[in-house]
Amino acid sequence: MPAVSKGDGMRGLAVFISDIRNCKSKEAEIKRINKELANIRSKFKGDKALDGYSKKKYVCKLLFIFLLGHDIDFGHMEAVNLLSSNKYTEKQIGYLFISVLVNSNSELIRLINNAIKNDLSSRNPTFMCLALHCIANVGSREMAEAFAGEIPRILVAGDTMDSVKQSAALCLLRLYKTSPDLVLMGEWTSRVVHLLNDQHMGVVTAAISLITCLSQKNPDEFKTCVSLAVSRLSRIVSSASTDLQDYTYYFVPAPWLSCKLLRLLQCYPPPEDGAVKGRLVECLETILNKAQEPPKSKKVQHSNAKNAILFEAIALIIHYDSEPNLLVRACNQLGQFLQHRETNLRYLALESMCTLASSEFSHEAVKTHIETVINALKTERDVSVRQRAADLLYAMCDRSNAKQIVAEMLSYLETADYSIREEMVLKVAILAEKYAVDYSWYVDTILNLIRIAGDYVSEEVWYRVIQIVINRDDVQGYAAKTVFEALQAPACHENMVKVGGYILGEFGNLIAGDPRSSPLVQFNLLHSKFHLCSVPTRALLLSAYIKFINLFPETKTTIQEVLRCDSQIRNSDVELQQRAVEYLKLSSIASTDVLATVLEEMPPFPERESSILAKLKKKKGPGAVSNELEEGKREGGELNGAGERPGDSSSTPSPSADLLGLRSAAPVSAAPPSAGSLLVDVFSEAGPAAPAASVNDDGFLRFVCKNNGVLFENQLLQIGIKSEYRQNLGRMYLFYGNKTSVQFVSFTTTLNVQLKPVDPLVEGGAQVQQVINIECITDFSEAPILNIKFRYGGALQNLSLKLPVTINKFFQPTEMASNDFFQRWKQLSQPQQEAQKIFKANHAMDTEVIKAKLLGLGTALLDKVDPNPENFVCAGVIQTKSQQVGCLLRLEPNAQAQMYRLTLRSSKDTVSKRLCDLLAEQF
Amino acid sequence: MIKAILIFNNHGKPRLSKFYEHYTEDTEQQIIRETFHLVSKRDENVCNFLEGGMLIGGSDNKLIYRHYATLYFVFCVDSSESELGILDLIQVFVETLDKCFENVCELDLIFHVDKVHNILAEMVMGGMVLETNMNEIITQVDAQNKMEKSEAGIAGAPARAVSAVKNMNLPEMPKNINIGDISIKVPNLPSFK
Repeated sequence: MPAVSKGDGMRGLAVFISDIRNCKSKEAEIKRINKELANIRSKFKGDKALDGYSKKKYVCKLLFIFLLGHDIDFGHMEAVNLLSSNKYTEKQIGYLFISVLVNSNSELIRLINNAIKNDLSSRNPTFMCLALHCIANVGSREMAEAFAGEIPRILVAGDTMDSVKQSAALCLLRLYKTSPDLVLMGEWTSRVVHLLNDQHMGVVTAAISLITCLSQKNPDEFKTCVSLAVSRLSRIVSSASTDLQDYTYYFVPAPWLSCKLLRLLQCYPPPEDGAVKGRLVECLETILNKAQEPPKSKKVQHSNAKNAILFEAIALIIHYDSEPNLLVRACNQLGQFLQHRETNLRYLALESMCTLASSEFSHEAVKTHIETVINALKTERDVSVRQRAADLLYAMCDRSNAKQIVAEMLSYLETADYSIREEMVLKVAILAEKYAVDYSWYVDTILNLIRIAGDYVSEEVWYRVIQIVINRDDVQGYAAKTVFEALQAPACHENMVKVGGYILGEFGNLIAGDPRSSPLVQFNLLHSKFHLCSVPTRALLLSAYIKFINLFPETKTTIQEVLRCDSQIRNSDVELQQRAVEYLKLSSIASTDVLATVLEEMPPFPERESSILAKLKKKKGPGAVSNELEEGKREGGELNGAGERPGDSSSTPSPSADLLGLRSAAPVSAAPPSAGSLLVDVFSEAGPAAPAASVNDDGFLRFVCKNNGVLFENQLLQIGIKSEYRQNLGRMYLFYGNKTSVQFVSFTTTLNVQLKPVDPLVEGGAQVQQVINIECITDFSEAPILNIKFRYGGALQNLSLKLPVTINKFFQPTEMASNDFFQRWKQLSQPQQEAQKIFKANHAMDTEVIKAKLLGLGTALLDKVDPNPENFVCAGVIQTKSQQVGCLLRLEPNAQAQMYRLTLRSSKDTVSKRLCDLLAEQF
Repeated sequence: MIKAILIFNNHGKPRLSKFYEHYTEDTEQQIIRETFHLVSKRDENVCNFLEGGMLIGGSDNKLIYRHYATLYFVFCVDSSESELGILDLIQVFVETLDKCFENVCELDLIFHVDKVHNILAEMVMGGMVLETNMNEIITQVDAQNKMEKSEAGIAGAPARAVSAVKNMNLPEMPKNINIGDISIKVPNLPSFK
């Protein structure tokens, strides 16, 4: 008989597993499993009460079955029962089952929570750890509700065992991640930071993950961790390889913890305290020096651990981006790794260099490695490494090396792995556009791109080349010639046909003088591709044909014949049929003048973010594209954000109408057609659609405390403001600057109050001025809305802006003495006369800046009134036509908490409230 | 954060799967299959990192793996983890298993899923690393074993279980047991080059 005892192996389980492993087929396995499931089910349901051992055995079997990929829909109750067992083995298997099989929405959570509660209060460290593990694994909201208060207590209690502290730290982290609102900061937070100093390295290891996460969310509250982390790191880095005993891993002291400390420091800017910073720089230098020392062991684990720290140190140096000396050393170190025999190091070096390339201090240093990187792209055996090399080339590209890099990437494309081709194509297209010195190179590059990797050229790429060709007349002839040549190839990609059709349709006339590319030759060339193309391409070609009729009247009969033939005019595809019919009719009845107007050359596209870039961002996530381009994205988002127009300005008379005592003129808001950013079917639209504007109030708040500046700016238009106020009157000058080289036509502005018309034409590069006279009739809280419309190219542009006219503009400063102030303060003591807000500082709490802002507000800043010199006290009278409203203000900064308390008292409740709202956004 | 830890053999049979984020059972199985597909087609001396499969979050996540004899150890992590650090962690995990099972082999993982889970739980909790010191981990595991033994009342080393199963003389066992599999023992953990 076998000598397997109950406690040892659970023979039943072993036999079952052996059975499964011996199954010859999937069917046999399923049959065996179903048999076992039926057996366990009947055991669980049976009348006979099962002992702990049997329960454990069956639960183990279920775990095994689950691992093989079978659903387990029972046994949960038995597992929960095991939790309340006093035997460790039974309790433990119960917890295991629950962590593996119970998801966070299970109804059993309440029962489980009870068991956990008992174990947490048992004071038995093993049981406590089991319970904490279970919470960390399931991490449901119910669990957070039940334990978020308890766990911080366990974590910082003086008598908690180290192993329990470790578990508690990570358990709390899990709860904080799933339900941050339930984990309340409190007295424990400062004590958690001090766990970085704990004797037990395991506790530090667990705590640092928690602290890192908390610091990311509340950097200010955990700022003290920086100096603690630096000193801990410095102690580790300077320790001998034997000092840390068990935490020395292949002769490297505490590599994991070092990495984590360096990561934590990456949550913060460089330390301000000189001593701390000096110590940290010393650490970083030591780490860089150690990389040059001969290895203490030949084992790969040794160099692995050492380099793990080195890479994190480099990441921190790049994050600080302020120590040119360290940056260059880091770059050199990575340069060494680029040629290292370990693939892992080459991979990581390429990856780190990518971030290094964006630093101005090291961009040039990175560029010196271009040959190595190109070589990596060509020769690396591993696609993940090649991918990193391509990323790095993209990151290090600038005007000086764009041609080389683009050429290398193009040639790599021919052999590139399918998985990365599309991304490569996008990158080539973006680099070609961004660094194009002459646009003929750009056109060549994109056409090459289509030739080499046509299948991976997405619509955005070829849309973009067309946008650019249309907007730059210096390249149009060249583009026509080049596509014409490219189309000569016997087999050319459909995307090439699309670009060719579009460009020849627009600019074929530019090359028609050459008999080799006469109109008919061009037409025949295009039409020879027609039958091999898909429906959308054919539709595009038909449009090109009708354009040909306009460009070259001599082709009219040939093309009409083509349009008239059955395969076009009776095509089963509705779109094609309709085009054929309409174009045929158009060409036969319209006069040349009409035809010329209808088929006029496309107007320039409005400059907007490259659609390719948007696509790459979508693919790679927002972090992948450099910041200078982000700028464009935000604006693109605003311009395309249709449908947020607030309708109330016309329907309900807003208080701002009173401002000038004039009737409100409703802003005309004809709903514009969809603001697609793509020229999907450029021929069927009059031009790119006008993006509707949402009311823009970004600029608005910046003008509460100042009168002059730039209110709005995008790629097309800049609007500046100058304004002056006296008593209840004001005058505002608006300057509209055209930033483009093309004139804006039909330029109109409407205010929801009356406005003197502005010159309807704004020349390219010019500026027009508009004056608005303002009278404050009574107090108000809504700002007037300015609506601007104009045509740029063919496209209607529409903008709505809040004019920065706020109630405080009509302040008259009032000086008064301390007694006076407090007397008036007391007089205004009715609750509705006071408005108060407590808010967090958004800017540095600089006294001079605060003073400047309060003066900008228009009030008098009163010295020596408040007994606390830190506080600011102001007084002023708001002048309106109907009445005067006296206002008192008190601002109490709390530098420690980075908070302000703002109190306003005035004789009118709406004024207090409005001022309070406006001001609270300013500090 | 570690999103998942997967162990499967050269044929893609899962030997351990631990997910630290919630997925449905179906998705979990698909992730295992996808990961196996991604990892197994790679050559031996390429790098140990690659972008995660689509199911587990695509390029935001990395798969960091090591291949020991018949088993792949794969950690799926997000960008907050150090790649080389995780590689070391896998090594610590395997060395720990090796100590606990006295020359670990695939069979140990099969017959002692619960033990493997326990060992892992001493290292990683809720996706974050709890402890990296092997001796500390082993001390904890030993303490658990002791408790287990004292509860069972009969001593028996866990490692002996495998041999016990192998030697069981149930009538049908000898001819059915897959000898081929057993011979794939990892001899003293070669360095993984």
